[in-house]
Amino acid sequence: MTTHAVRIESVSKIFNPGRPNEVQALVDIDLDISPGEFVTLIGPSGCGKSTLLRLIASLIDPSGGTIHVNGKSAEQARLDQDYGMAFQRAGLFDWRTVAKNIELPLELMGWKKSERERRSKEMLELVKLGEFGDHHPAELSGGMQQRIAIARSLSFSPSLLLMDEPFGALDEMTREHMQDEVLRLWSETGTTVVFVTHSIPEAVYLSTRVVVMSPRPGRIATTIDVDLGGRSDDTRAETPFFETVTEVRAALRAVEAA
Amino acid sequence: MELVDDPLVREQLVRQQAATLDRRAAAGRGLRQIAVFSVFVVVLGFLYSGYKIFGQAIDDAQTDWPALGSVLPRTDDLNMPPILDILGEFTVTPGGTDQILGRQLFDEAMFTLREATVGFLAGIVVGLAIAIALARSRRLERGLFPYVIASQTIPLIAIAPLVIVWGRKNLDFVPWEWQDWMSVSIIATFLTFFPVAVNGLRGLQSPKPENLELMESYAAGWGQTLRRLRFPAAIPYLFTAAKIAATASVVGAIVGEISAGVGGGLGRRVFLEAQRYTTGPERLYAAVIASAVLGIFVFLVITAAERFTLGRQGREALS
Repeated sequence: MTTHAVRIESVSKIFNPGRPNEVQALVDIDLDISPGEFVTLIGPSGCGKSTLLRLIASLIDPSGGTIHVNGKSAEQARLDQDYGMAFQRAGLFDWRTVAKNIELPLELMGWKKSERERRSKEMLELVKLGEFGDHHPAELSGGMQQRIAIARSLSFSPSLLLMDEPFGALDEMTREHMQDEVLRLWSETGTTVVFVTHSIPEAVYLSTRVVVMSPRPGRIATTIDVDLGGRSDDTRAETPFFETVTEVRAALRAVEAA
Repeated sequence: MELVDDPLVREQLVRQQAATLDRRAAAGRGLRQIAVFSVFVVVLGFLYSGYKIFGQAIDDAQTDWPALGSVLPRTDDLNMPPILDILGEFTVTPGGTDQILGRQLFDEAMFTLREATVGFLAGIVVGLAIAIALARSRRLERGLFPYVIASQTIPLIAIAPLVIVWGRKNLDFVPWEWQDWMSVSIIATFLTFFPVAVNGLRGLQSPKPENLELMESYAAGWGQTLRRLRFPAAIPYLFTAAKIAATASVVGAIVGEISAGVGGGLGRRVFLEAQRYTTGPERLYAAVIASAVLGIFVFLVITAAERFTLGRQGREALS
């Protein structure tokens, strides 16, 4: 049996247990993600999709159930730096140059200076911003900052990439451009991706599997396999794309009506 | 410009040009600030002289002008000496001395500057240590912060003699000879650590949650997060604090000298000239101007350091 990239077994999460503001954020979550998958978590706000991502990242602990990443506990995977993470806001350190931002995780892992510089150069080439290494983040547009943040999350070649609405703050054109970038990086690096979004077309365009979640309390309503083959500019205009979008939309409608 | 097919990179090139224009504009702003400040000093001189003439006129006429004249204070050469006399006083050699007043004030300003600088640096160290301790532990913040604030309600005049006596008696273990001016520095530190502690704490707590989560996702410990995230994020806050602390260090040094009776600096000078005001008001004015110039000087030094540091990091100062 191959090891799952992520294995979530009957996980629940309660915030502020025993207090008046207690919130049942997630119940009964079971989800297995195989290496190389691109899984999108989608659902209305308050469905706990970001919470689920943070649980996988071991930034918070589950109230019940177990989470394994690469066959280890989620916490051990975090300590071993098995995953990279990108947030809705790029969250670059504005006192560091772009290259130094990409090198941040490498510094923390004790990489040698020469190797850090070589790697950040490679990563800048990968996200096609080769000539901007010496710039400061404030000089870059939102889309470029997000690309740097993705380069940073991939710099130490993690086997898992966790993305929390990374394109939520970008305009539509930049967003579609970035989606192609991420798909290219995904196919070039073979990284497993767990991607949180509330955009249906984005979820369908990117994923191999869309996980639809329902709110109050958050649970997995249904999962939809996406098989669109290789993506291109035409993909978004073709019938299979629309059919899957409709399928996901119907699932979300059902969730909200319930 | 070569043709670029990537829309993001193309946008960037436009931004770069805008940034270059911005930098040129910023250089122009610096010059303009100096010009505005100079004009302001001259205007202030004219206002001073103008009011002096006005106050003198209502006094000479010996009549209360309707409304205005009965309220506004009158002037004479004692409470408002002529501005040229004040400026001229800098070049006069006072009796019993062999140097012009300007030179004496300069030496005294240097003496006070030494006290203030040591007090400033000590304040940075102490304030930062407190800020880090309070940022480390919420419980410590709750317990200790009220005392940090309460410390500033203690009048300096009350602790100054204590510090002097304490310094002479109890600090003889230091490897160098303890001198009274060092005690004045301790008094100044009492004023300087406060803005550093308060602003430093705010700065250390300023990183956004996603940045802290990022460090946590890298399994970075508290020390690494402090060094690579919290401390750099606090730098603009610390410069704001340093500007307040720098001027406070001059105030602390002057007040410390006066209330502890330490001679050789501007504090003693201001104190003495205030006592013999009636025989030489120009000298008090000159001493006050020297103190003000010293305060402005240290402020400008920190501002320059701030622009240099933050500019190199591509950051803006907190306004």
